[in-house]
Amino acid sequence: MSRTPIHPLTIGLLLLIGVGAPLLFPAYGNQVAVLWLMIVFASTWDILGGQMGYNSLGNIFFFGAGMYTSAVVQIGLFYDVGMYTSGARTTHIVFTTAQYFTGFALGTIAAGVVAALLAVATSWVVFGLRGPYFAIGTLGVAVAAAELISSWEWVGAAAGISMPVFPGAPETQKLFFYFLLFGLAFAVLVGLRWLYSTSFGLAINAIRDDEEKAEAMGLHTRRYKRTAWTIAAFFLGIAGAIFGNMTGFIEPRDIAFPTTTFNIFMILMVLLGGKGTFWGPVVGAVVFQVIKEVTWTYFLGWQFVALGLLIVIIVVYFQQGIVGWLMERYPERFGIRVAPREKEKPARTIGLAPHAEGAE
Amino acid sequence: MKDAIIELTNVSKSFGGVIANHNVSLTVQRGAITGLIGPNGSGKTTLFNSIVGYHPIDSGSIRFEGQEISQLRVQEIARLGLLRTFQTTRIYGKMSCLQNMQISIPHRKARFVDMFSYERAGVVERAEHLLAFVGLHEKRFLRAGTLSFGQQKLLEFAMALMNEPTVLLLDEPTAGINPTLINGLIDRLKRANAEFGITMLIIEHNMRVIMNMANKIYCMAHGEMLAAGQPSEIQRDRNVIDAYLGSH
Repeated sequence: MSRTPIHPLTIGLLLLIGVGAPLLFPAYGNQVAVLWLMIVFASTWDILGGQMGYNSLGNIFFFGAGMYTSAVVQIGLFYDVGMYTSGARTTHIVFTTAQYFTGFALGTIAAGVVAALLAVATSWVVFGLRGPYFAIGTLGVAVAAAELISSWEWVGAAAGISMPVFPGAPETQKLFFYFLLFGLAFAVLVGLRWLYSTSFGLAINAIRDDEEKAEAMGLHTRRYKRTAWTIAAFFLGIAGAIFGNMTGFIEPRDIAFPTTTFNIFMILMVLLGGKGTFWGPVVGAVVFQVIKEVTWTYFLGWQFVALGLLIVIIVVYFQQGIVGWLMERYPERFGIRVAPREKEKPARTIGLAPHAEGAE
Repeated sequence: MKDAIIELTNVSKSFGGVIANHNVSLTVQRGAITGLIGPNGSGKTTLFNSIVGYHPIDSGSIRFEGQEISQLRVQEIARLGLLRTFQTTRIYGKMSCLQNMQISIPHRKARFVDMFSYERAGVVERAEHLLAFVGLHEKRFLRAGTLSFGQQKLLEFAMALMNEPTVLLLDEPTAGINPTLINGLIDRLKRANAEFGITMLIIEHNMRVIMNMANKIYCMAHGEMLAAGQPSEIQRDRNVIDAYLGSH
């Protein structure tokens, strides 16, 4: 947890990887695009889960909310949303290039803003809860949202919405969404690095270490918690808007509010990489994405068994995560200093000898 | 010229059927060190918790600088400048000592944008100065959680000073500290009182410590105020001796 702003060299390296990856591995363009999304997931989950010590199970709510907001804005700007969703199976509705891009741009901005507003609104409820109750409470928000959307005819209910079709060649479409997701991940990383270098970082760490103490010291704990939750929601809302347009079809349970896949992945990636560390979520996302693609390709049908096994292994044997383990092993490299362990003096034996044979 | 900075009048607090405080009245004079003693379970910590707003009181009034504070929440009271330390030390374990100090700056006038501010000028110097004051300067980059219990207690005291409180409520500041460190701590508490002008209300079991420091001592037993007076008077008070040793 360095308190310095992001190093220019790191920025350069990130840009190099981001731009170079689709050129070097054109066959894996989609997988790398999803990797950037995963990095956004993990890094934004870590704001609350790692840095602030509030394990949320409902962050996916903002992803889905953003996705549906952008869909409604993109369609609603030019057509009647109810007509569009009910007529989607019988008529093919075309958006012009100009319509598509204005709708997409405005929809994405609206997605971020609406997600942030929803975060402020829900914060009044969820931050009355702590520990496991917070986790269950946030999960409840996400599940309830999925159920509500599933029965809301105006936005297509459980049948979902076919998003406006990208006006261009499939290759251009791929690159377009790749760079959007990369740009978002880049913005998240630079933004969070800045955020953690201000007193905001110290304050949410203090809440993680001892919230009651922070309250007793007069810290505006609610204000910090609400803001952290809102920042995560803003980025997730934008991610939802981009991902919804990338897949081209959205529906509530498996794409917009996938509580058992993406929602669990974001937690798993952070745990794998090391919670509460800046690069942990990124490392975790990369390793996880590789494991996920391998199991999905070679063990199809067993992929969720493999995933479950991974969860068990991490939770039981590797709680500190990859970066967390490195920090424990080489604390000096990360600028952390711990009190030198005082050498234990050999206990003087009084009466009983330490070894069984000595007692005889 | 003495004026009361904290005034408790007939404060009562019960938890279910257990009466923890019954009609307790107490006054802390500005600039003084006031002691609060009493056997275990006599309601001292409950009284502390009532003052800092940790739980609502059943009846009575708590005034701080003339303002009624019994309805305020913990953070609001802390921002007024009435700060407490804990019986079991509480520090931010995974952060360095210096970071512990930096986040302990007063939040009285914190605005929304202050959440995103960089280190303000003078904060680090002040933090280092106070760490030196409690003798932790060379440990300032260490993780606070790796310090010994006594050192954590000193750090908590330094964090409290960093917050620039008007009144400091200390819950057993010397408990668990080795006897050689206690003298140093007494000295620092007295200096904080004299040099920084911080009024103190101290719960303490160590009679030598509290008799040595306090200008006035209150003694509680069974949730009620038993006696109050100068240390010398308290030492001779029959009721106090009975409360501690048991009378039959």
